[in-house]
Amino acid sequence: MPRRLRYSEMITAGLFLLPSLAGFSVFFLIPFAVGFYYSLMDSPIGGSFVGFANYLELLGNPVFRQAAANTMTFTAVSVPLNMALSLGLAMLLNRKLPYRNWFRISFLTPLVVPVASVTLVWKTLFDLHGTFNGLLVRWGASPHDWMESRAAIWVVIIVYLWKNIGYNMVLFLAGLQNIPAEFYEAAAIDGAGKFKQWKSITLVFLTPTVFFVFIMSIINSFKVFRETYLIAGDYPDPSIYMLQHFMNNMFKSLDYQKLTSAAFLMALLIVLLVAALFAVERRMGKSLG
Amino acid sequence: METGKQVIQPSSSATKPAVRIATAARRSANSAGQIALIAVLAALAAAFLFPLALTFTNSFMSAAEISDNYAALSASLSDSSGPSSDGSAYVNLKWIPDIATLSQYYSVLVKQPQYLFMFWNSVNIVLPIIAGQIAVASLAGYAFSFLRFRFREPLFFTYIVTMLMPFQVTLVPNFIVADKLGLLNSHLAIILPGIFNAFGVFLLRQFMMFIPVSYIEAARVDGASHLFIFAKIVMPMCRSGIAALAILVFVDNWNMVEQPLVFLRDAIKQPLSVYLSVIDEAALGIAFAASALYMIPLILVALYAEKDLVEGIQLSGIKG
Repeated sequence: MPRRLRYSEMITAGLFLLPSLAGFSVFFLIPFAVGFYYSLMDSPIGGSFVGFANYLELLGNPVFRQAAANTMTFTAVSVPLNMALSLGLAMLLNRKLPYRNWFRISFLTPLVVPVASVTLVWKTLFDLHGTFNGLLVRWGASPHDWMESRAAIWVVIIVYLWKNIGYNMVLFLAGLQNIPAEFYEAAAIDGAGKFKQWKSITLVFLTPTVFFVFIMSIINSFKVFRETYLIAGDYPDPSIYMLQHFMNNMFKSLDYQKLTSAAFLMALLIVLLVAALFAVERRMGKSLG
Repeated sequence: METGKQVIQPSSSATKPAVRIATAARRSANSAGQIALIAVLAALAAAFLFPLALTFTNSFMSAAEISDNYAALSASLSDSSGPSSDGSAYVNLKWIPDIATLSQYYSVLVKQPQYLFMFWNSVNIVLPIIAGQIAVASLAGYAFSFLRFRFREPLFFTYIVTMLMPFQVTLVPNFIVADKLGLLNSHLAIILPGIFNAFGVFLLRQFMMFIPVSYIEAARVDGASHLFIFAKIVMPMCRSGIAALAILVFVDNWNMVEQPLVFLRDAIKQPLSVYLSVIDEAALGIAFAASALYMIPLILVALYAEKDLVEGIQLSGIKG
């Protein structure tokens, strides 16, 4: 197949893309660009252009640095955990297994529980007067303030995993369904072991899904802020003070400059990550043929 | 279709004695492991089900019983002076109501008619988003997967990057756009951005990458138009991807809180998720029933779409 671009194919592509591109530009691309422009001004209303001054100021801000470090730690621990666990579960539940439909639905249920109920249950368990402390006291131990100590980060990780494993499992299950069963049969006949099959069939075919799940896991790891915020408020234990808290507090104090530059700094980091993954995916895509 | 089925057939182990014997041997050796595995999965599943189950059982308690059980929680919220005086120092996690009652449901459904209004708002917002997103995203996903055009990769990259922006950053520009288009205080201010979210394009493009380009080229040689290939070949093959998209878009939008608060001024236009996000300890007496009712459509959608999710390729049977 020649690699040159054909004019008629470009027009077809334009027509297929038109609805999406039109709406995407109006509701996402333009606001994105305007937001970036604001981050280069010294004030959103009647401000003057200051280049990257906001960014430099932000990088020197100790609160921002603490929040960024916390966010990176949290993401580095929770995203790989989330992906490994959800892929494992999806593979288990993709095989023939008694009650597997029940299991699948159970792991999906955290997606449907409203935020208010999640927060309530979370408080019920981990509050200073919560169930866990009730049990500790009954067993003769002293109660522990889970949300106001170093333990808080683990509580947040558990809630993040609880809430998002089902999300990723849905995507992995759909991805696994797209791998034709004959591939495994053929590989088994050729004498490939289970691990070899997993490595050279499952993983190769799942690459686009893994790429997608990875990015969604990062995005969802920022969304766990909603629950954290409802439990612990604006200023939680310093160990769980995330970039999202920082941005939300800047938003509340109407410091739009710090908010936008923080967001674009965060996005820049992720973009670098995405670009690297994009390159990997392309190489894998070529080997797929 | 016919040839496709023949290709799928041999993959069932029944036709291959060697494979069948091997599987049987493995199965008996693994049966103890299998039981252990199911036990572990069941324990995990119980932990995952915990909040949902608690919400449903507590929705049948009376307001008085709820406030008894959770007294310690509100005590620690109002002041941190210590355990409340009546001896209930810690939350009393209780599964079975003393007396099962429908009083919470009665309060929510009959005494608070706005609840049903908001429920209807949620439906009216979420269904157009799902339908629109699937239509728009599958067309764009096809272009990104199978059509060659200039700036394809940078454009796709741009789609992904916009997804990374937290809500607060694009809030002001979004508000200006909605204002210019005259969408403020209308459900469309939420529905339209929901439809054009890059999420669907990204998801479906990742699923279409599975489909070998040679399929498309072969169909082109046979004289099929791209629209035909899209509708008759690619869409059926993406069945599980579309099911995943439908579930996740439903969940995301049914749970949305921030956007309605910004774009909808009238309280009567708000979706249920907004109402539920402000139900707090003060209204605990009806919170459980309100949440339970809120979850029912989500559970039905999950149950329904979950079947599609796991029946993807077997049904289409085109891939060989």
